[in-house]
Amino acid sequence: MSVMQRSLLLSTRLASGRSLIRSLSTGLTRTIPMNNLLKTDLLLRPVLITKFSSAVDVKQRIEQMVKSKDIVVFMKGNAQQPMCGFSKAVVDILNMHGAKFESYNVLADEDLRSGIKEYSNWPTIPQVFFKGEFIGGCDILLEMHRSGELVDELKKIGIKSKLDEE
Amino acid sequence: MPVLQSQVENKLRERLDPIFLKVEDFSDGCGFKYNIFIVSKQFEGQSLLQRQRLVNEILKEEMNDIHALTQKCVTPEQWEKMVAENPDLAKQDQVQKPSDSTKKCEFHQH
Repeated sequence: MSVMQRSLLLSTRLASGRSLIRSLSTGLTRTIPMNNLLKTDLLLRPVLITKFSSAVDVKQRIEQMVKSKDIVVFMKGNAQQPMCGFSKAVVDILNMHGAKFESYNVLADEDLRSGIKEYSNWPTIPQVFFKGEFIGGCDILLEMHRSGELVDELKKIGIKSKLDEE
Repeated sequence: MPVLQSQVENKLRERLDPIFLKVEDFSDGCGFKYNIFIVSKQFEGQSLLQRQRLVNEILKEEMNDIHALTQKCVTPEQWEKMVAENPDLAKQDQVQKPSDSTKKCEFHQH
């Protein structure tokens, strides 16, 4: 394929789960299923495909995620197999307290990985939310665990910690 | 742009006027990972979250390059108690732990 034949394509995700592909050079459009985006042999001969998912979509999705359970953790890997020492520490602490949580793997979703940092204005992963409210990352959860504050914070959201001895 | 340990230190000194500051590199040669221990009057009356937000804000530019950062942000009052319990804490020039090459890249936080 010569340089002249290359088209710059714009792709927009549609509500139907399909993508609207538009060539910037020819103006031609067609729709294709999302999962075929990279393998479809388009008439337009794709070279560069830019996938857009609007910041608004991501924010809405995260808003639903942080409220999906009383405790939500955005982490690397999952609760069974954390992929980073800091994420593992958060999982271990919550397990120690017997606190059930929902976890989302940011490594599997680049939009989520950058979106969550923006959402909470916090630059690192993992991130912990109680009832939709950002609590902190690994350092903060660890500190709360050490000081005993975590037991009280869990109580506030209706969870009795296994380490609560009263 | 490499994140220099001294750059991190200087910014924190400038903005937080710390009574005690220790920035340790624990990157094991694969990047920029720091442990920060900082004692400042400016943390008084602030929650842990607020303290770390303050440090994150100060290091916003550097955070683009820093792979992982752990923070311990304490007030002078908390610091006094900590030193009373463990006088070794106040030693500025602790010998750095030898790096363990088998642990490379285990701790990326971004």
